[in-house]
Amino acid sequence: MQPSFKAILDQLPYSRPFLFVDTLEAVSEEGITGTYRFKEDEYFYKGHFKNRPVTPGVILTECMAQIGVVCLGIFLTGTISKENALIALSHHEVTFYKAVVPGELVTVVSKKIYFRFNKLKCKVQLRDPTGALVCEGVISGMLQKKSS
Amino acid sequence: MTTEAIYAKLLPIIQGYLPEDVDTSQVHPDSDLTRELNINSAHLVDIVLDVEDTFDVEFANEDMENLRTMNDAIAIIHKKIN
Repeated sequence: MQPSFKAILDQLPYSRPFLFVDTLEAVSEEGITGTYRFKEDEYFYKGHFKNRPVTPGVILTECMAQIGVVCLGIFLTGTISKENALIALSHHEVTFYKAVVPGELVTVVSKKIYFRFNKLKCKVQLRDPTGALVCEGVISGMLQKKSS
Repeated sequence: MTTEAIYAKLLPIIQGYLPEDVDTSQVHPDSDLTRELNINSAHLVDIVLDVEDTFDVEFANEDMENLRTMNDAIAIIHKKIN
């Protein structure tokens, strides 16, 4: 992975068990591509569902938001860091097409719709290793430096 | 464009972003968009983008910082189109 991609990941304000980004593959002003492998022992598989582990849709949405909006936002602003960032999900609308099971690798592709006045709005897709669409939607977040 | 004409075009934009539990009758020219009408900061950006399209103007960062109420929005739009 390129050093500049590593620098973006180092600024993410998440940690296990709520970090859903492993690698970034491409980043530009217009969008970002990254991956995450859902570990066999993720905490939520114990309860979702009883005796039948499936990745929750909210977690897939979180994975899309962390890669597609937060990582891209860090690249676009160049100023967000763990210490001074205000990051908030503001809106999402996602449609789901298939399940993601424990151990599965997913690839998130995000395209910027706009980034203005600290609001980043993106069209985001999440695909399985065969390239099949797992879910897609529009996710928006606010990213800014703390004023104080 | 008169203040009244701007207000008439601005009102439906604002109303489109009100939370369910804020009635459209609560919108007044001096209503604070975020504090009183509970419009979140992301929707405030959407409002500005809609305003830009509707009035064919462009907001700068400082305009955004000065935007608190309907009257603020009207003043900013008024300055830009006249």
